[in-house]
Amino acid sequence: MKHIISILLENEAGALSRVAGLFSARGYNIESLTVAPTEDATLSRMTVVTRGSDEVIEQITKQLNKLVDVIKVVDLSEGEHIERELMLVKLRAVGKDREEMKRMTDIFRGRIIDVTDKDYTVELTGTGSKLDAFLKAIEPSAILETVRTGSSGIGRGDRVLKV
Amino acid sequence: MQMTGAEIVVRCLQEEGVEHVFGYPGGAVLFIYDELSKQNKVKHILVRHEQGALHAADGYARSTHKVGVALVTSGPGVTNAVTGIATAYSDSIPLVVITGQVPTYAIGEDAFQECDTVGITRPCVKHNFLVRKVEDIASTIKKAFYIASTGRPGPVVVDIPKDVSAQKTEFLYPASISLRSYNPVVKGHPGQIKKALQLLAQAQRPMIYTGGGVILGESATELTEFVRKLGFPCTNTLMGLGGFPATDKQFLGMLGMHGTYEANLAMQECDVLLAIGARFDDRVIGNPKHFFDPKRTIIHVDVDPSSISKRVKVDVPIVGQVRDVLKEFNKQWDLFKFHTDLPALKKWWAQIDTWRGRQCLNYERSTSIIKPQFVVQKLYEITKGDAFITSDVGQHQMWAAQYYKFNKPRRWINSGGLGTMGFGLPSAMGAQLANPRATVACVTGEASIQMCIQELSTCKQYKLPIKLICLNNRYMGMVRQWQEFFHGNRYAESYMNALPDFVKLAEAYGHVGIKVDKPGDVEAALKECFARKKELVFMDFQTDQTENVYPMIPGGKGLSEMILV
Repeated sequence: MKHIISILLENEAGALSRVAGLFSARGYNIESLTVAPTEDATLSRMTVVTRGSDEVIEQITKQLNKLVDVIKVVDLSEGEHIERELMLVKLRAVGKDREEMKRMTDIFRGRIIDVTDKDYTVELTGTGSKLDAFLKAIEPSAILETVRTGSSGIGRGDRVLKV
Repeated sequence: MQMTGAEIVVRCLQEEGVEHVFGYPGGAVLFIYDELSKQNKVKHILVRHEQGALHAADGYARSTHKVGVALVTSGPGVTNAVTGIATAYSDSIPLVVITGQVPTYAIGEDAFQECDTVGITRPCVKHNFLVRKVEDIASTIKKAFYIASTGRPGPVVVDIPKDVSAQKTEFLYPASISLRSYNPVVKGHPGQIKKALQLLAQAQRPMIYTGGGVILGESATELTEFVRKLGFPCTNTLMGLGGFPATDKQFLGMLGMHGTYEANLAMQECDVLLAIGARFDDRVIGNPKHFFDPKRTIIHVDVDPSSISKRVKVDVPIVGQVRDVLKEFNKQWDLFKFHTDLPALKKWWAQIDTWRGRQCLNYERSTSIIKPQFVVQKLYEITKGDAFITSDVGQHQMWAAQYYKFNKPRRWINSGGLGTMGFGLPSAMGAQLANPRATVACVTGEASIQMCIQELSTCKQYKLPIKLICLNNRYMGMVRQWQEFFHGNRYAESYMNALPDFVKLAEAYGHVGIKVDKPGDVEAALKECFARKKELVFMDFQTDQTENVYPMIPGGKGLSEMILV
């Protein structure tokens, strides 16, 4: 099953490689990993999307907690949460496709952020599966390039991950 | 007062009460060595290879409950040290390893003797640091000692670039330190403790299985009290020997791949298992699928939550310091007047006694050829079971674990997790320096000893009267045994036909060497060896080449699938 794990860790050189190294050394898979400093510059917030049985996910959270740089670990998938990923996608937009691409972008509540006479660059935000659905809805040969950030997640309501 | 980084390093070690540092100088640590030479509180022990420095610091830590300290230079100094760091990591040994690094301005330029120390050591340390500013040296070293010695212990590397060790700043050593991201658990959950005691009281076929955590957690006394109070059978892992007295009638011997018949079967057949400071690893329970059937209730006490339910699902996890939890066990057992099911226990012991009757450690005696087990038994008798015994890795290690009865913790020092050949001699150096008046012997083989043989020179320099008990069967014995059992007797590359004359070799290093090839001479030779109190003696016992370690659970098999002699 897919799990979204949120990690609050010291914003120190090497902290990212400790997490990435842990996943590779113990053979856990990473679907995506995003990291950036928080409002407190000494802290980084990381979101890791991974898959595994309950036992594997339990080990992953325990092993992450064991890293000295890691302050808190939460498996967001255990409760109500919001997941968002940003995608930039360059689409071929010529002839009758030009209108079609604009309509698809509107349907998915995306935005066209760059335009030339041959292509659109679309910005789309949502869950990973929404972004997947958008890409599926577009004719494959029209997709010139995609860039995805990987998912970020946050708990709903008063579920707060803080020091 | 302004001090250089190098001076600060040495002052920090003094503040931590470090008496011995094991190391080897080189370009990147010259400022630190310069400062070491200007004082006499911290004594430097010059090894002959960085691997030796790490194992010596490791043996020092294992024999004392102190943090071992090593100092090596950048590049090859670090890469040579990695085996020793990984060895300590596998067995959770507290070490602080100070490594030199090329100057900060040269990092990343592929400078001479540069390597990415923090990157190379990351997977085999508890934590590591690269110190980029001289102002950070003192607090980093404080953190290193704190992290290494608390929670589940482990090695911590502090990498210091050469220019940082030359810069100056005010020296201020923090009295204490707290890290928001690192707060090891101390106390076990009271509800879980009570639940565990209730289960133990109801047990029909109980078993207590303890590991290295009891030794590291200084809780042999508390464990012994608890086991005797309940009257339950107890087994120790290879790392846990000495946690419960081996001569006690409740002790079933070591368990695992080369554990006793009674310990392994009691593990398999018990209905309530109490595991303390142990981790159900592959060499202990073999195949976890086999271990699941029959089902039993498992209580697991460990300071490291990630050790719990890793290979085996646990029913009652208790995260906390082993010593603290055992103290609570003892206190509450009496306080709430728990009592065991005596008739059930009597039946269980009767069953265990029939397993014991199999006498699985019996071996064929010989008057013509030296049996390695016999040498270890005589070693035990002559040292009255009171020596510090280090070992290398292989058959000799297993025989030492099976036939030397350890009644006290920290007396048995071996590389259990990583299985590092070459560990025995340098770790004996550390143990001897930490316990100058104690008898220290290293049980080794002719293959393992050659992996760190150069340390005989260090032993000469510091007059370390270690006794080397080499069980020389002219084979990499454990490799040969596996080849005999699983590879059709094809002894690929496991025979050494160009062995040195160990007596001459010992003499060349300035020590005493004694070769023994008749069983009748073993006892007298050992007596002579231990009578030479001030000298290192290399005992070269020519042992039976075909002897195997029994019992044995083949890899991937279960606890009740032992091969017996």
